[in-house]
Amino acid sequence: MNFLGIYYYWVFAILLMVGFYAVIAKLNLIKKLIGLSLFQAAVFLLYITVGKVEGGTAPIFASAAGERLFSNPLPQVLILTAIVVGISTTALGLGIIVRIKEEYGTIEEQEIQEIDRQ
Amino acid sequence: MTIVFGVFLLTLMLITAIAIVRTQNLFVAVMLSGIFSLLLASNFFLLDAADVALTEAAVGAGISTVLYLSALALSAENERAPYSSHRLIALAVVSVTALLVIYATFDQPRVGDPAAPVHQHVAPWYLEMTRDAIDIPNVVTAVLSSFRGYDTLGEVFVVFTAGIGVLFLLDKPGARHGGTQTVGRVRLRHYLIPRLVGRMLIPFILLFGLYVQFHGEYGPGGGFQAGALIAASIILYALLEGETRALQALPRRLLTLLIASGALLYGGVGVAGMLLGGNFLDYSVLASDPVKGQQLGIILIEAGVGITVTGVLLSVFHAFAARGRF
Repeated sequence: MNFLGIYYYWVFAILLMVGFYAVIAKLNLIKKLIGLSLFQAAVFLLYITVGKVEGGTAPIFASAAGERLFSNPLPQVLILTAIVVGISTTALGLGIIVRIKEEYGTIEEQEIQEIDRQ
Repeated sequence: MTIVFGVFLLTLMLITAIAIVRTQNLFVAVMLSGIFSLLLASNFFLLDAADVALTEAAVGAGISTVLYLSALALSAENERAPYSSHRLIALAVVSVTALLVIYATFDQPRVGDPAAPVHQHVAPWYLEMTRDAIDIPNVVTAVLSSFRGYDTLGEVFVVFTAGIGVLFLLDKPGARHGGTQTVGRVRLRHYLIPRLVGRMLIPFILLFGLYVQFHGEYGPGGGFQAGALIAASIILYALLEGETRALQALPRRLLTLLIASGALLYGGVGVAGMLLGGNFLDYSVLASDPVKGQQLGIILIEAGVGITVTGVLLSVFHAFAARGRF
């Protein structure tokens, strides 16, 4: 558990930055949005990792088992709703991208900026 | 054994994420992000978060892939210039930040340590009070809909607003003029195997969605997951049988009504609590027995959440699909 624990944190850090890299270094708007989703997924992973209790189970009372150790329910609640909110905001972003494509004929950032400068 | 699985899944996730960023074909990137979501869901499951895993699998691997694909159909399938001219600066910033975050992780409490600060604050209280005050087995549902009902109400409104926003952006009423001729366009009707398999699966996905909705107090599940599952089954139906048939079953007007009525039901339960002499979103006053009142309130607001999420996801899908006709 010890190595796995620190590995979870490292994967969080690398995923976060892979997503962020796609947001700042890529020019395609859909790719930026995918990068933002990766960034978001990294944060989800961190919260759920933090909520884990060693030897615990999912926080659902089983009638037969009696007293047991449960993982922390609160981060799970926060992330559960955040996932659904995330897809809604992603859909909104995709809607904006589709409108940009219709107006500008492209979804590449530098081409949009050139059209704007003219 | 868990450690092998954990390391394996996490490493696969990293590889997938890097492949997503590197590929220039957006179709490939979207497919890979579906795989990424599935891996993430498996990781959540290893970390005891059954509810979250269910949500991520339904939303990330199912619905978000479909939405990205419909957006790709309306824009472009390839990136033109892969990187901006400031690529090296970006790479440097990202690497330094990643190293800093990794350095900071050495000061973090060990994962799974029961004495970590995060487990000392309100979590034990929630675990204890769920038994006494609400008496349902699933603590996640109890916290979501009762103890932190305000948060969830806010999030339902965010989903609601995002759905309305997409409809405003894409659902121009004037653009639907020649719709009736092209509406009959069928998607996968000529592909026998997907159609047959889909036909067999759809009723079961729908049934599972309803089970997840109404069993959310006892096992993993609840309105958010159920909404995503039900929307996924109807989207599958639309992909197989054509959008027209799906719209015949659930017309647009009905979907818009669903979006509003779910949020209204949630808020209405809150106001009902106030009218009966309690606080906003205090379900204890809804029945003569406070515990029964809590359970009634949770069922009602979970239904509200499920209705809104289904409505929003389906309306968004139809808004994208309708654009594709031109």
